[in-house]
Amino acid sequence: MTTIEIDHASRWFGNVVAVNDVTMTIGPGVTGLLGPNGAGKSTLINMMGGFLAPSTGTVTLDGRPIWRNEDVYKQIGIVPEREAMYDFLTGLEFVVANAELHGLGEREAHAALATVEMAYAQDRKISTYSKGMRQRVKMASALVHNPSVLLLDEPFNGMDPRQRMQLMELLRGMGEQGRTVLFSSHILEEVEQLASHIEVVVAGRHAASGDFRRIRRLMTDRPHRYLVRSSDDRALAAALIADASTTGIEVDLSEGALRIEAADFGRFTTLLPQVAHARSIRLLTVSPSDESLESVFSYLVSA
Amino acid sequence: MYNPTVARLTYRALLGRRRAAILFVLPALLIVISLAVRAFSGADDQVTSDVLGGFAIATMVPLIGVIAGTGAIGPEIDDGSIVYLLSKPLKRPSIILTKLTVAIAVTMAFSAIPTLVAGLILNGNGGQIAVAYTIAALVASIAYSALFLLLGTVSRHAVVIGLVYALVWEALFGSLVPGARTLSVQQWALALAQKVAGQDAVSSDVGLPLAVVLLVAVTCVATWYAGRRLRSLTLAGEE
Repeated sequence: MTTIEIDHASRWFGNVVAVNDVTMTIGPGVTGLLGPNGAGKSTLINMMGGFLAPSTGTVTLDGRPIWRNEDVYKQIGIVPEREAMYDFLTGLEFVVANAELHGLGEREAHAALATVEMAYAQDRKISTYSKGMRQRVKMASALVHNPSVLLLDEPFNGMDPRQRMQLMELLRGMGEQGRTVLFSSHILEEVEQLASHIEVVVAGRHAASGDFRRIRRLMTDRPHRYLVRSSDDRALAAALIADASTTGIEVDLSEGALRIEAADFGRFTTLLPQVAHARSIRLLTVSPSDESLESVFSYLVSA
Repeated sequence: MYNPTVARLTYRALLGRRRAAILFVLPALLIVISLAVRAFSGADDQVTSDVLGGFAIATMVPLIGVIAGTGAIGPEIDDGSIVYLLSKPLKRPSIILTKLTVAIAVTMAFSAIPTLVAGLILNGNGGQIAVAYTIAALVASIAYSALFLLLGTVSRHAVVIGLVYALVWEALFGSLVPGARTLSVQQWALALAQKVAGQDAVSSDVGLPLAVVLLVAVTCVATWYAGRRLRSLTLAGEE
């Protein structure tokens, strides 16, 4: 049982306050750190990972300070957001190096690669890996010493749905084993699927904590905005507006896309592909637009 | 204090990059120049000293020092992959000392050995000139590696700053402005060479005791400070 305790921690860079008086406790199980881009999630994770000193306050692992304490890494495994990872090595060489740095060896490296199902590609150079493969090898390197805490910064960024499912499965398992797993994400749906416990940060402040059902309710109540590009925007718009789940559509000529507001999230997401399919319209882009995310968070803060 | 895994990663990173080509080009150039000079003007102590002092020590050693010293740590800090070393229960000074050892080994291999070979080609080590400059190259390798390794931990523009230092300060000012010479790794190293080869063949502006003190001081202070920098290195997010 390992717990990370953040106590009245703030961190500023010059005049910019990235994290503002945050207090939270991350215990065993999977915790999602949720917030829009620039909210201070990475800063928090970097403080928990010992790569950044809190300007004030403390960040501790079972009571021991994390900053400038190399010993904590016996218990912490880190999956950084950045891509760079000794691309000139093969996956196996990379994980073996990580194992050796922990005083372990090839046996543990093989086990970690098997856990993330990367054994089949372990002899290829990392530079040839896809995003999802890189992410899994990063996971293997973080798991090689069997840590009780796993910190992941935006682990699902750029992964395809299948890879995302696999990684979620893996993290869920880690949480069930009693490990303390913390991952950050700016995508509500992602966090909802995986985390039993949610911490929300907005503009450097701790905005909401825990109860994921409440956050979910707020999430489904709000109008959802999507940006959609298709082979025939106007035909699609006409078909969508006929259904009650769509409350508004704007044809954005400068973007060459539709801005759609949906009241019923669940119904809309099943409706859109059906409508498109029935009319032989090809969907080119479907993305939740960022303003809507921002609005969710401001909604959460005010709630 | 020496970690073989860190060393292996550093060697592979250093010798695997495109930049590493310079490590091979410069020594090759020195050997070609030496062969040409020997062929055209025969064995001559003064010419030997000019080539080894003017090209090998003044230009090649500092440039290779820049590549090896900054390359041993700078790129990892720039691209963030250093996080895989820092997130391990390793003492920060041992990471620095290991990287320093690798940088010194690479700088020595690519600068001192070619210097010796060039010296042997030029005048067959007459008047101990080849050996003297080789010793200078070995000693300078240590100080340059420490200095440029530190630079790699301090600045993202370590290579540019290192090149400016190597080319402008060491090569240009070091040979033109008398005062600058006292504060030049090159001159300190030459002080040792002078001791080996004698006054006529090699000249240095710095006395031997002062040179040794400065070399040791620069190496130790740079290494200590690089360790400190690494200990408080913050990896800010990309927000």
